[in-house]
Amino acid sequence: MNWKRATIAAACVVPLIILFGYGLTRDPKDIPSPLPGHEASPFALAVFAPGQPPLNRAPGDTVRLAELKGQVVVLNFWASWCLSCRDEHQILSETAKTYAGKPVHFVGVLYNDEPANGTQWIEQMGGQSYPSVNDPGARTAINYGLYGVPETYFLDVNGRIAYKATGPVNERLIRHVVDSLMAAGAK
Amino acid sequence: MLAHDSILVSMAVVLFGIVAVPVAMRTGRRGLLPYAFAAVYTNFFLVSVAAFAMVYALVTHDFSVSYVAQVGGRSTPLLFTVISLWGALEGSILFWAWVLSMYAAAVVWINSRRPGNLVPYAAATLLFVSFFFAILLVGPADPFGVVSPVPPDGPGPNPLLQNHILMAIHPPLLYLGYVGMSVPFAFAVGAMLSGEVETDDWMRITRRWTLSAWALLSAAIIAGMWWSYEVLGWGGYWAWDPVENASFLPWLTATAFLHSAMVQERRGMLRLWNLNLVVGTFLLTILGTFLTRSGIVSSVHAFTTGTIGYYFLAFIAIVMLASLALVAGNSERLRSTGRFDSAASRETVFLLNNLFLTAFMFTVLTGTLFPLVAEAIKGVKVSVGEPFFNRMSLPIVVTLLFLMGVGPALPWKAASKAELKAKLVPPAAGAGLMLVIALVAGARNVYALLAFAFAGYAAFANLREYWIGMRARRTAHGEGWGTALVRLVGGNRHRYGGYTAHLGVILVALGIAASSTFRTEYEATIKPGETISLSGHTLRLKSMWGREEPQRSVVGATLEVMDGSVVKGTMEPRMNFYPMSQAPVPTPAVRSRLLGDLYVNLQAFRPDGSNATIRVIYEPLVPWIWFGGGVVVFGALIAIFPTGRRTDA
Repeated sequence: MNWKRATIAAACVVPLIILFGYGLTRDPKDIPSPLPGHEASPFALAVFAPGQPPLNRAPGDTVRLAELKGQVVVLNFWASWCLSCRDEHQILSETAKTYAGKPVHFVGVLYNDEPANGTQWIEQMGGQSYPSVNDPGARTAINYGLYGVPETYFLDVNGRIAYKATGPVNERLIRHVVDSLMAAGAK
Repeated sequence: MLAHDSILVSMAVVLFGIVAVPVAMRTGRRGLLPYAFAAVYTNFFLVSVAAFAMVYALVTHDFSVSYVAQVGGRSTPLLFTVISLWGALEGSILFWAWVLSMYAAAVVWINSRRPGNLVPYAAATLLFVSFFFAILLVGPADPFGVVSPVPPDGPGPNPLLQNHILMAIHPPLLYLGYVGMSVPFAFAVGAMLSGEVETDDWMRITRRWTLSAWALLSAAIIAGMWWSYEVLGWGGYWAWDPVENASFLPWLTATAFLHSAMVQERRGMLRLWNLNLVVGTFLLTILGTFLTRSGIVSSVHAFTTGTIGYYFLAFIAIVMLASLALVAGNSERLRSTGRFDSAASRETVFLLNNLFLTAFMFTVLTGTLFPLVAEAIKGVKVSVGEPFFNRMSLPIVVTLLFLMGVGPALPWKAASKAELKAKLVPPAAGAGLMLVIALVAGARNVYALLAFAFAGYAAFANLREYWIGMRARRTAHGEGWGTALVRLVGGNRHRYGGYTAHLGVILVALGIAASSTFRTEYEATIKPGETISLSGHTLRLKSMWGREEPQRSVVGATLEVMDGSVVKGTMEPRMNFYPMSQAPVPTPAVRSRLLGDLYVNLQAFRPDGSNATIRVIYEPLVPWIWFGGGVVVFGALIAIFPTGRRTDA
């Protein structure tokens, strides 16, 4: 065994492994978004999936951002062809129910999909507690700088984008963001 | 669930094989070895079952299988449905495992009668790598997950991947090349484990494997460049993206190895170095996969990266540390038997070639990993772009081109002054000629001029070797030029295959140098009937059109290539709109001629067809890159093809 050589080689290799280990804890796509802190782009979109009482809205109703001022808004972009959306669906739906009666509004936005497919998907997935709206031509998605689905935008009571989650959300994240936004709004 | 189970069973079989080899060696029960070999064949069978089951699920649109639900789509054409096997992470890992099991079975089949301990240990090493991929397939990259409820349809493959036929060719070539590097690695490790490293047998046995893997990797890189040129619509073919670098890094070390292996065969030198190169090449293939698949550096859109990175990291750490210990443990046995006699010799040039190729590799690796280092140390997000890579690599590339001209001209051991003069001076004519052409064409950049000059030098020097050999045969045997060429190459295919590959690389270099120096482009918005002109080429917009296809909608422009008032041909750049993709995927139109491509891309259009924004690029010598890639592969084939008379000379 040539210990000198082995030591030199190990001195090169070990930091590299540590560097990769560190790299795995980072997300290169977690690019600081210019949106948070800015006023959310207004929208007026028609409901295609009513949701379940008490969070429901009649199909065909228009959801306007302007009407939701003073409430925390959770805007979840999804599509029936999106696999990751399946992962978060149950979590979003169940978590939304627990906020019934509180100044929080969950809205699903269908992205690049047919409302019929969306309705069918919701049925298959066991229902959705909050209403979903259609976004024809993906105009709202473009305004929000959507990168892919699923993405979830959390709007504070003043209608500013407070936080953007890329990829499926988990319950802890939703609760943490929504609760702190509600607390800030109550002040 | 047959497929999932067959991977599980294969893990048990593989594990048995890995354990059986050292047990057989330590206890002297060589009767166990055939069972270890049988494990290799069985693994091939079982992974094949899984791979074919996946293809079947894709073709029959079985959306209850998670991978099919992820990449399948009922409206996707059959060909693209089949090739989506390697269109996303889980499928590509399955395909990798399958290719590896196939290689392992082939290499064992061919060499199983060889006495000694090398082949069993090499087989065990290949099984060890297989085991890692089997773990991925049952763990973080399980393509056979169950989706419930079963979706009625899937999104189809990534639109970029289903837009061009080259996607059917590039990835399999890449995997065949990448995975092929496991064979020399396994034999190098086998040689060290079995204590047979002094015989150099591991290198002789794997010479053809290494060459084949290198040829496949070369072809894959060129096909990848071509794909990006034909699909992405920006008129370029290389952008130093981490994915591209990942394929280029092992190519550099493998190229270095092909050269330094000759020094070892001829002169018994660089033995430790060669072992390191082979291990390094294998590590770089795994590292490349790790970098692009773990989401550690920014790469193409992929949301759920999951935990696969940690598995790769553990595997890389194990392989790095284990091979390090092995090489260090064997380093006393790897002393050179020969030594350098003179600075003016072919082995010196090979040494320099290795130095520069390795430096190139470290440069590209540094650029690729720098964003990670910057974030780790200073906590800032940076990206390393083309300027860094171009500035760093140009001097290296120019030097390598020069060495490519000098190497073939120099003899082994030592050259006399007179010899040097006779060999090194005449190619200067080639350099001069290319320099004049480049200057006349308008090149003023020093590196561009040097690249053209050295390419001319190397082309002259390599062609001259053929000419000298052919002339000698004509004098000695009275053969015609054609016969002399065939017999010359046939007599030493290893050597002339190498020269042919050099000529291919020179063609690629000329194509890259010319297209990056002389490229011109122009963009304009025109109405039907109007024309757009660029460096002597005039295009008239004839019409705009639209078409609905099952999986996409297509908008296109028909442009007529004009010569005065005569229409010489038409070009149809298109934009494809896939339902699942936010941005349209362009299909540029390319009109190739010997001296360059006319490249037209539809940038934007009015929905009523009243105008279109067209970008026209003239790309000099770009077809030479693709042709040169073919020549490189042809050269490698000359060297690989088996002969009756000489074996592994």
